[in-house]
Amino acid sequence: MKTEFDVRSYPKNRICLKTKALLLSTIFVIAFQLNVLAQEQAVIIVNDTILPVNLDEVIVIANYKNALEHRAQNKPLSTLDEYLESSKKLNMIKRGAYAWEPVLNDMSSERLTVSIDGMRIFGACTDKMDPITSYVDVSNLNDIHVASGQQGAEHGATIGGSIDLRLEKSNFKPTGWVGSFETGFESNNASRIIGGELNYSNDNFYIDSDVIFRKADNYVAGGGEEVNYSQFEKYNLSTNAGFKIDNDKKLLASFIFDEARDVGYPALPMDVSLARAFIGSVSYIQPKFIGALSDWDSKVYANSITHIMDDSKRPDVPIRMDMPGWSDTYGYYSQAKLKLEKHAFLFKIDGFYNRSLAEMTMYPNDPNENEMFMLTWPDVRTLNSGLYAEDIFDLNEGTLKISSRITVQGFTIADEFGLNSLRIFYPTMPQRQTRFLKSFSSLYATKMAKADVKLGLSYGDRAPSVSEGFGFYLFNSFDNHDYIGDPNLENEKSLEGNVSFLFPFKNFKLNLEGNYFHTMDYIIGEVSPDLSVMTIGADGVKIYKNLEYANLYNVSVDGTYQITPGFSWNGFISYHRGQDQDNINLPFISPFAYRSSVQYVKGSFSGNIAMNGAAEQVNFNPSYGEDRTKAYTIFSVSLGKTLSISDNSLYLKTGVENIFDTNYSTYADWKNIPRMGRNIFLTCSYTIN
Amino acid sequence: MKTIKTIISIFLISISLTSCSDNDENNEIDPLTELNMLTSLQANTHTLELYSAQSQFTVGYNELFIRIKDASDMYISDATISWNPVMHMTSMMHSCPKSEVSKTDDASVYSGFIIFQMPGNDTEYWDLTINYTVNGESYTVTEQIEVKAPLDGMQRVSVFTGSDNARYILAMMPLEPKVAVNDFSALLYKMESMMVFSPVINQTIALDPRMPSMGNHSSPNNVDLTYNTTEKMYEGKLALTMTGYWKLNLKLLNESGDVLKGEDITETNLSSSLYLEIEF
Repeated sequence: MKTEFDVRSYPKNRICLKTKALLLSTIFVIAFQLNVLAQEQAVIIVNDTILPVNLDEVIVIANYKNALEHRAQNKPLSTLDEYLESSKKLNMIKRGAYAWEPVLNDMSSERLTVSIDGMRIFGACTDKMDPITSYVDVSNLNDIHVASGQQGAEHGATIGGSIDLRLEKSNFKPTGWVGSFETGFESNNASRIIGGELNYSNDNFYIDSDVIFRKADNYVAGGGEEVNYSQFEKYNLSTNAGFKIDNDKKLLASFIFDEARDVGYPALPMDVSLARAFIGSVSYIQPKFIGALSDWDSKVYANSITHIMDDSKRPDVPIRMDMPGWSDTYGYYSQAKLKLEKHAFLFKIDGFYNRSLAEMTMYPNDPNENEMFMLTWPDVRTLNSGLYAEDIFDLNEGTLKISSRITVQGFTIADEFGLNSLRIFYPTMPQRQTRFLKSFSSLYATKMAKADVKLGLSYGDRAPSVSEGFGFYLFNSFDNHDYIGDPNLENEKSLEGNVSFLFPFKNFKLNLEGNYFHTMDYIIGEVSPDLSVMTIGADGVKIYKNLEYANLYNVSVDGTYQITPGFSWNGFISYHRGQDQDNINLPFISPFAYRSSVQYVKGSFSGNIAMNGAAEQVNFNPSYGEDRTKAYTIFSVSLGKTLSISDNSLYLKTGVENIFDTNYSTYADWKNIPRMGRNIFLTCSYTIN
Repeated sequence: MKTIKTIISIFLISISLTSCSDNDENNEIDPLTELNMLTSLQANTHTLELYSAQSQFTVGYNELFIRIKDASDMYISDATISWNPVMHMTSMMHSCPKSEVSKTDDASVYSGFIIFQMPGNDTEYWDLTINYTVNGESYTVTEQIEVKAPLDGMQRVSVFTGSDNARYILAMMPLEPKVAVNDFSALLYKMESMMVFSPVINQTIALDPRMPSMGNHSSPNNVDLTYNTTEKMYEGKLALTMTGYWKLNLKLLNESGDVLKGEDITETNLSSSLYLEIEF
């Protein structure tokens, strides 16, 4: 079930809403979005089922192409990473200006399920330099659904939650030809962005295509210090098409090509010369299925990633090396719904097959010596098959959503060289292993006094990631240790509770949220003092181990206040904490953080002043390379204006980020690399209808 | 269908041919085809052929195969053979560790090993004396041979004086190194005199493999070499985490655990004075 906001504008802005009748799809929408739009649009809540129970946060992206909705984002054409960072639930780990790694509930890649339109896809870099979010761009996407904890189990076994990047599609709307052209510039790193799209859509057929190109030089930190190796260059092409076979039967296909070159990673000892992805899918949708089942939606997909690290631009390295990695995934899913009087069921069957291979070749300083070669990911084949079911059950005084997933996951080490390498550490290690994963979650939503209350209790587990299970001397520059996987790790299991209260006062909305993860067999690297380092200059070797347990909790408060019809404020405060069974701090846990902004909207003009910051990171762990990151507060301002030129529209937006050129870094900045200093941006988009 | 029949018949013929070869007295299939003939010595109407898996007499362990061919080009079975390699240095002569020469499964092929501890050069050379008895008659032949350093330049044998003032020769057995835990074995001899070398048993050879080009990276789960009385050699495990050049730092300990040669590897001491080398 989805709760949908049907956003309708006043007639003068109707032109801008042609392409999007349904704008937002759940109740938690980025605050900016609602506030900015609220006065000019009537927000009608369409309940297609019973009561809202999803905890999804939706980050809306597509609308940057559409003039009115440009106001939704303070900085249209920003990177996808910046969109994600604007979310309340997500934080981003940064190793440079490009390819940030999303963190949800203080958990990153291996504890999350990140998918593109439901497709599973896995990065090809052993050092997490290519999160999946780096292989799509805002030009492809309609929105991003962020589901916390086991609410994300629909897309795969997870602990922290899921991030589903949904592609933009014209979806048989009778719009005919629509084209747009966008360009942007940012002063700080001379970032040039140019993009365009051309779509054709009618009742029976649509084809969308878009392209975006970004190129940026090194950025300059607050105070004027240039951050070397922070440049990047990428382009992304995508096309998707749909065809109605007969009245209601739809055949859809999508294809994305993404390529980044010359990407600097200032926080790491290596850069990337090539990160390339081919992502394709074909799906079939029909409203009726067998018996009472409906909304049958099936997809087959394949994706292939090549990632090549490069140290040729670094003047001093102890040893030159090549580190290419490959990740190919093939998968499918098929789902159907069943609606009964008081129940709304969803059934889904899914599976994928992934091949992850990475190698490292080191070139000795003595050219007469042989190259040193190892497999860092020993061609691990993962075969995953799952069943998911959910039921949303109307209990009159409230709604109960229960969902469950069972998954069988098998690992095979296909490369004998790699298997023998790992058997140095684990002599009796089998070539194959199978794991059973399960998830169960319940969420109850009701009204208590005036507040919307949600209570959830869930259990889920996950298998170790390829690196955690089978990684071979993977260097982590943050804690300066080599990491070795352990194929005998237990599955990580999490018991999760969450609660939220939404108080809808007259002009003021207050939302309190909290969740708690008691994670047993929490997987983390532990120093193995007897092992000798491989990477020259590393401090030691860590082997992934199961902690007895770890506890994580996250609480947040956010509020929006409509001061006058055009003028609104919103604020957000969050606190996170993570400790193991001995009360030792876990790494990458956000300190107390806050945001506040005021918006003003009048006619086609919009303006925004925002502040965000964090307190000093008092709960850190030096053995994971962390230190006491200082508190900071930064300010930004932006202005936007829409101009109508005959039937077409031109939208201009400009702003200044980090107005006072503060030099700062956050807890999630790899090795404390400073963030960008003052940055002036200008974007311009022209839509031809 | 025809093709399948042809394939099957070819297959059956080839099986019958290979299975016959073991008993084939006519030497139609040469049992040493996989090997290289290093030299052939002409003497006493016989030709003595020396074969090795290597392409030369190499410093270190050499497994050698001998065949004796008579005047009518037939290989002689059931001969008894002994040998003695001698190094002629400018100021002295010495021999080296060697095995007996024994018959192999093929009665006309004899084998044994010699551990050369140094190469020959312009002024110093090795010769090899072979004494053999055929049908009750004894013959001897001596000929100069060329012993060269290994082609890859790696140290496969180490000659050293222990803290007990004895002189030792340690040679590694041939190894095809893999990124894996490798079976690793070695032979240890004591030099009793210039001409007599006796195997040393029941000592321990501690193993610490290192990659000097990778900051002296080491590998886990190596097993020190101990004497296997059945195989009559020192056996241990050598773990190699990647390809490349590895220095196998060693320490020789006697039965009571006293170090006879070699040092521990530390931050300041990057290599042991007793070592062997491999590169792959």
